[in-house]
Amino acid sequence: MLEIKNLHVSVGGKEILKGLNLSIAAGQVHAIMGPNGSGKSTLSYVLAGRAGYDVNQGSITYNGEDLAALPPEARAAKGVFLAMQYPVEIPGVTTMMFLKSALNAQRRSRGESELDAIGVLKTVRRKAAALNVSEDMLKRALNVGFSGGEKKRLEILQMSLFEPKLAILDETDSGLDIDALKLVAEGVNALRDPSRAMLVITHYQRLLDYIVPDRIHVLAGGRIVAEGGKELALELEAKGYDQIVKDAA
Amino acid sequence: MSSAAIETKETVAALGEKYKYGFVTDIEMTRAPRGLSEDTVRYISAAKNEPDWMLEWRLAAYRRWVQMKEPNWARVHYPKIDYQNAYYYAAPKNTPLKQSLDEVDPKLLETYNKLGIPLNEQMALAGVAVDAVFDSVSVATTFKAKLNEAGVIFCPFSEAVRDHPELVKKYLGTVVPVTDNYFATLNSAVFSDGTFVYVPKGVRCPMELSTYFRINASETGQFERTLIVADEGSYVSYLEGCTAPKRDENQLHAAVVELVTLEAAEIKYSTVQNWYPGDENGLGGIYNFVTKRGDCRGDRSKISWTQVETGSAITWKYPSCILRGDDSVGEFYSIAIANHYQQADTGTKMIHLGKNTRSRIISKGISAGKAQNTYRGLVSVHAKAENARNFTQCDSLLMGGNCGAHTVPYIESRNSSARIEHEATTSKIAEDQLFYCQARGLGAEEAVALIVNGFCKEVLQQLPMEFAVEAQKLVGISLEGSVG
Repeated sequence: MLEIKNLHVSVGGKEILKGLNLSIAAGQVHAIMGPNGSGKSTLSYVLAGRAGYDVNQGSITYNGEDLAALPPEARAAKGVFLAMQYPVEIPGVTTMMFLKSALNAQRRSRGESELDAIGVLKTVRRKAAALNVSEDMLKRALNVGFSGGEKKRLEILQMSLFEPKLAILDETDSGLDIDALKLVAEGVNALRDPSRAMLVITHYQRLLDYIVPDRIHVLAGGRIVAEGGKELALELEAKGYDQIVKDAA
Repeated sequence: MSSAAIETKETVAALGEKYKYGFVTDIEMTRAPRGLSEDTVRYISAAKNEPDWMLEWRLAAYRRWVQMKEPNWARVHYPKIDYQNAYYYAAPKNTPLKQSLDEVDPKLLETYNKLGIPLNEQMALAGVAVDAVFDSVSVATTFKAKLNEAGVIFCPFSEAVRDHPELVKKYLGTVVPVTDNYFATLNSAVFSDGTFVYVPKGVRCPMELSTYFRINASETGQFERTLIVADEGSYVSYLEGCTAPKRDENQLHAAVVELVTLEAAEIKYSTVQNWYPGDENGLGGIYNFVTKRGDCRGDRSKISWTQVETGSAITWKYPSCILRGDDSVGEFYSIAIANHYQQADTGTKMIHLGKNTRSRIISKGISAGKAQNTYRGLVSVHAKAENARNFTQCDSLLMGGNCGAHTVPYIESRNSSARIEHEATTSKIAEDQLFYCQARGLGAEEAVALIVNGFCKEVLQQLPMEFAVEAQKLVGISLEGSVG
């Protein structure tokens, strides 16, 4: 589904990703682990299409299509979803209004009919209940005054609502206590599906106790330096990033 | 909302125009001779079969005006206006004294259909009565019958002069005196038509009243006059909408609106102003120099202004409240959007005269392109205004690096018991907000429309329901081309 080859990306003229290779098939969950500054967030932003993240070399192919050539909204409509590390506040726009606008924008882009307010409301309420997203949160302005946990739950609610084909979770565990982490992980696991690929980006092994990946990649210095099964996470936890990076070199 | 924005954008695209009201209706016009003199004033008065007292009133205003100087304190710039090179009166031929819509020129009705004004029986469902002013003459007033039942007078201004002279004489010029300011005085001399509303004691007006203004003829100024009187204990909600065709020359619009509320009466006055703003390079557009003022004459009365200003090359407008009655309340809710080369200098004056008077000002200014947007407001508490209170919030949103937002609050207090609060913020649409919306599937312009509508929400909420949707769409359209 996703094929990244020799990807070089620079931000503000500084090269962050330096020849990254990664391949994810439908139905798989891959994890990217790496120390701070290794390029994890850059990878997530370049996949979602954020302005200022320039692809200098290499390719990102998504379902046979050149992903880098598409604007972010077109990627979203084609099933790419990024659960962000720092969800953004939009004052005056209720969460419900945002969800409806975004869902219908995606549907329109795919040539599907738009859902009416009641249709969206029903779907959202059903999915929100499972993630413990309250009715009150849906009425409040998007992410405004939300706690860290509420923001992350809302990201997963959006993932559940948009039903993406490729879901990227950028440090979804950051800022969560253990109960919130379990809830979010359950939400993510419920979305595991043979037709869906997931890329879980995390600094800590902890999240991978709950979302068990098929494959782990270690990102350091803008490249994948080590790969393995889920047991690699434990090894990382035991040895630390420095040792793994040295071993790989 | 976002889907509405898209739908509207498609409509605009289909018309091949950014400004979809930029069409001209080909109708034979009767005009006063070019230029301005006592003869022009007499011509207008005669064309409207006015009584002598009205003519004298106009002439007094004209004589005053020739001695006045155009104001230059606003943060707006424009070439000198040649007042002798414009027409001051233009009327579609053969329109006077229409008894029903069937008698109105079909082309005119077609224009109104293009504007999306449902000037027909569908209006009953919406519960809106419309007085449509096309250039200078009011062509049709709907729903008179139903309003008559309630005793509400809602008619073209010229008709009120004829049929209700005692009311017009009693209130005209009592809120905005003939001598008030250059543009108001000009209006007093040459006003051509407008709307008159009188709501009798204790009556809650059974429907929203609405006037639609349109400038069609070229080189013609529009000077309408609106007078709304709410007698004791009455209530009325009134909305005006404005559009004009695209023309390369600038056209002057200098209206005067006077509101009077007697004891415990309330007027809610909403404006959606979408005059032609000029093109992307600042060519053409309307000069909107308007004087709007309300007088809370009675105790416990209330006047609430809501305005959505998206059009005009230049806006110079300060809808104000004189809080004369004790416990009276004044409100001003404003959205001013300026894109490309538009200039807006707008705000309000809240004059606290009575005891326990309260005022609230919520202003949202959005600037994009090379536009300049100024909030200018005065809160004045006079010596006898015990316990006066004011709350002011001015928020500015900037898009891109070439526009400007300015906030100029004047605060005067002569009573130590007054409480005056002023809050102001200036922000930009953040890149991360745009990216977040786009990453969830919204196109860039749709994302901007969503964010800006969120920014304006407190004001949009004040509009009557049926117009709020329209205003939200307008917000999106006005900012097209401001991102990317």
